[in-house]
Amino acid sequence: MISLKLFWTVTILLAIGTFLIRFSFLGMIGDRPMPGWVRTHLRYTGVAVFPALITPLVLWPEVTGGSFDPIRLFAALAVLAVGLRFNAIFAITAGMGSLYLLRYLFG
Amino acid sequence: MVAADPAERGVFWRGFFDCAPFIIIVAPYSMLFGVVARDAGLEIYQVMVMSVLVIAGASQFTAVALMHEHAPVIIILLASLTVNMRMVMYSAALTPHLGHLPLWQRGVVAYAMVDQCFALSVAKYEKAPEMSPATKAAYYFGTLSAAAPVWYAGTFIGAAVGQAIPPVFALEFAVPVCFIAMTAPMLRSLPHVVAALVSVIAAMVFAWMPYNLWLVAAAGLAMIAGAQTEYFIARRAAR
Repeated sequence: MISLKLFWTVTILLAIGTFLIRFSFLGMIGDRPMPGWVRTHLRYTGVAVFPALITPLVLWPEVTGGSFDPIRLFAALAVLAVGLRFNAIFAITAGMGSLYLLRYLFG
Repeated sequence: MVAADPAERGVFWRGFFDCAPFIIIVAPYSMLFGVVARDAGLEIYQVMVMSVLVIAGASQFTAVALMHEHAPVIIILLASLTVNMRMVMYSAALTPHLGHLPLWQRGVVAYAMVDQCFALSVAKYEKAPEMSPATKAAYYFGTLSAAAPVWYAGTFIGAAVGQAIPPVFALEFAVPVCFIAMTAPMLRSLPHVVAALVSVIAAMVFAWMPYNLWLVAAAGLAMIAGAQTEYFIARRAAR
């Protein structure tokens, strides 16, 4: 059982903390101009965060107990290959489709 | 927020429909949160309060697991908040585009700053730099109008039904699939590709770091790699 006191304490503080993390730069900087070199670095935020975020989910996923699964790697590469040329729906379909197909064939 | 200007309204719906597939594919993940939270002993209303107030999936999973283990409050908060640290970078990257908004609208932007809204918006802004500040905002609010309701509804269904989709469907893999599909269109130039490669390698090298520091370290290094590659190419072109 999770006590009501624990639940509300954690939920409210987590909500405030998460909001402050997200609000940080937007709130403090607002429309003041940022130096050019900062903006140059920030343009790479997406390609800098997501590949790192994806890496453990593909190479050592929790559901396999952290062991490498070649089928998952192949499916991930399929999403990338299709996503580079076609739209998101095709990419997602290629990824989940190749995961299911390969697991049916080799799983 | 939903502008009267028809052009802005069009962009708003563009954001909405661009975001929809990415959020629908991870809907089973939001359902799973509802299931796990109920299993840990939370009431349905508590699950919903948490999803609406926090609206950050991975940190909610962490918080519920640690509350269930009766960890000290300070540990629960530190562990859950470090999961969200990457969003400081999202906030910084969105500031040049959305910093002009009035404070309360920046508050709304911050509240719903989930991975999908951030990724789709910055990709869009980079592809169409001629967008006006108002249409940039309209696009972002379109993405969040798709993301937030699906997150709320997913956790509610999970909490109410109390049963996850069976593991044979491997729906946990939908999360990396979604992220890869969002990242692929961002790989628009050599510096972007270099940043992404450095990010992957650094994530492997820094995997031993605790408290999600590996993610911050890898992302920081990758941003530097991207920017330096861009400078290098510019210098070569100038010669």
